[in-house]
Amino acid sequence: MGCYQASRGESDARGKHMRLLAVLWALFLFYPLLASNSYAIGLGVMFCINLMLIASLNLIMGYCGQISLCHGGFFGLGAYVSGVLSAKYGVSAPIGIAAAVMLTGCASLLIALPALRLRGHYLAMATLGFNAILSVLFVELVGLTGGPNGLSGIEPIVLAGFSFDTDVRFFYLAWLSALVVMAAILNLTYSRIGRAVVSLSGNEIGASSLGVNTYGLKVQIFVVSATVAAFSGSLFAHFNLFASPETFSFFTSVLLVVMVAVGGWGKYWGALFGALVFTLVPEYLRAFHDVELLVFGLSMIVVLMFFPDGLAGMTQRALAFARARIRPMLSTAPKEGPNHG
Amino acid sequence: MESYTQLLQLLVAGLTTGSIYAIVAVGFNIIFKSTDAINFAQGEWVMMGGMIAATAYATGMMPLWACCVAAVVLVALIGGLSERLVIRPLRSPAALLVTLLTIGLAIFSKSLVMVGLGKTPMGYPAFSGDSPVSVAGMQIMPQSFWVIGLALAFMALMHWFFEYTLMGKSLRATAVDRDAAALAGIDVRRTIMLAFVLAAMAGGVAGVIITPLTLTSYDHGTMLGFKGFSAAMLGGLGSLQGAMLGGLLLGLFEALGAGVVSSQFKDAVSFILLLLVLFFRPQGLLGKAEINKV
Repeated sequence: MGCYQASRGESDARGKHMRLLAVLWALFLFYPLLASNSYAIGLGVMFCINLMLIASLNLIMGYCGQISLCHGGFFGLGAYVSGVLSAKYGVSAPIGIAAAVMLTGCASLLIALPALRLRGHYLAMATLGFNAILSVLFVELVGLTGGPNGLSGIEPIVLAGFSFDTDVRFFYLAWLSALVVMAAILNLTYSRIGRAVVSLSGNEIGASSLGVNTYGLKVQIFVVSATVAAFSGSLFAHFNLFASPETFSFFTSVLLVVMVAVGGWGKYWGALFGALVFTLVPEYLRAFHDVELLVFGLSMIVVLMFFPDGLAGMTQRALAFARARIRPMLSTAPKEGPNHG
Repeated sequence: MESYTQLLQLLVAGLTTGSIYAIVAVGFNIIFKSTDAINFAQGEWVMMGGMIAATAYATGMMPLWACCVAAVVLVALIGGLSERLVIRPLRSPAALLVTLLTIGLAIFSKSLVMVGLGKTPMGYPAFSGDSPVSVAGMQIMPQSFWVIGLALAFMALMHWFFEYTLMGKSLRATAVDRDAAALAGIDVRRTIMLAFVLAAMAGGVAGVIITPLTLTSYDHGTMLGFKGFSAAMLGGLGSLQGAMLGGLLLGLFEALGAGVVSSQFKDAVSFILLLLVLFFRPQGLLGKAEINKV
């Protein structure tokens, strides 16, 4: 009985998230009509790409409690593999993207197998080292990547004769990709595997004593998270038709970790807030020039100190508070209603 | 003979940078042991040490040694202040939260230095002249001796502090078991504050002694912090001797990578070696293997 209720409560929560996602994405579909210029539409595309990046990092950070400092590197690996295949070898974009995703998956597996066997900060160290190696390769393999000047000449994505070469066309592709990724993550977290993953973040020893293969699970989640990063990286490359090494440095990886935290780590909607901040705040802060980072660092400290579960947690609490205030008012007024009916 | 001297020259260069990494790794270890967090601000403290000393020296009001001492003291205070303002007010200081907050501290301190002290690289003369000394055919900057010597002295001091003073022992006790330490009458919050002060001091010392060789600017810290973290992992997290060994080895890897393979790939070479060591001996060179039973 208790079990039945628990699972019903769970599918309710999942349904609620799914409905909210559907509503938000249906509204977001009309964004290109409201956006006045291609710059604004470009921001919309970047929001989708950042959302996939941050949501996938949230999987490994929020649910496995591990910091990955190579998410920017995987993002870059995806961008460079599909970009180089397209620009230098004329490989068509879908095949290039598939190759980028598979190659990144293999690379992340190589990192994860030894690093996740231990608890503690070994994943952080290994991923940090791997990002350093990738950054050096992006800059120094000049013949392949264009070196510090960046890689240009990437072709737009062409699917069945339809070319995603304008901002609006690309927006719908990014919109759809982000929707699929977000829905998949939601399904994953409420599946049997997802429940096992959530149990990991609660108590790893407890989880493994209940028969959860914690090591195998963490490796799988890490690989999934890296491949999503690579996929968004290749979208990024085919959108900008250009890739430059500093986009994928350590600092990007660190910032992505920060965005997961500011959004709310381990919270499904945390990634949405994180991606909003990551896409919009730098645009606004540009007016401050040098003080930009100062404001950024300070606000990050303040958010994390006072709202350790991030902007998503803050919103959740604000909503709960508002509901608690409004419900008594509503429930006193229509109380007579049923008696009349 | 020629290549033999070159190799020796590389070794000395490696030991010099390695000493810096070792000091940074010690600072990193101190905070790791008391909070379980990766301290991303460690490298920024190194940068601040150099920048503050250079700024003080540029005003011309103090002799060089006084500038350096003042910089170290100031950075230690900044470390303590950061802990007091950002870490202590936390209701539940989970390791991941503290780690993330140190990222915020790092970004904040870095940009504060950029806004306050400018973007141009700064430096000051070496402690005893800039003319290289010739030893066994090698040309060595006298500052290298200062760096290696002061790093050794700092390590010895830290060893003495942790083994023989009450404060050091209380820090170690807190690192082993926070609750048990509190039960034994140790003021745990004060020891965490002390850990931040000590770690920042380590950063300040490293920054002050390396700046004459490399110059410093607001964006130098991040990479140094990562190198310190790597050195600490390489030696074995939480071990003082491990930090020393890890730092020196990482410095040697880098120097040899730059000299033997190629200077463009030097970071890649040192990180590949580091990953290999971690994969075959994940607990680090001197760390104890973690026993994981379920």
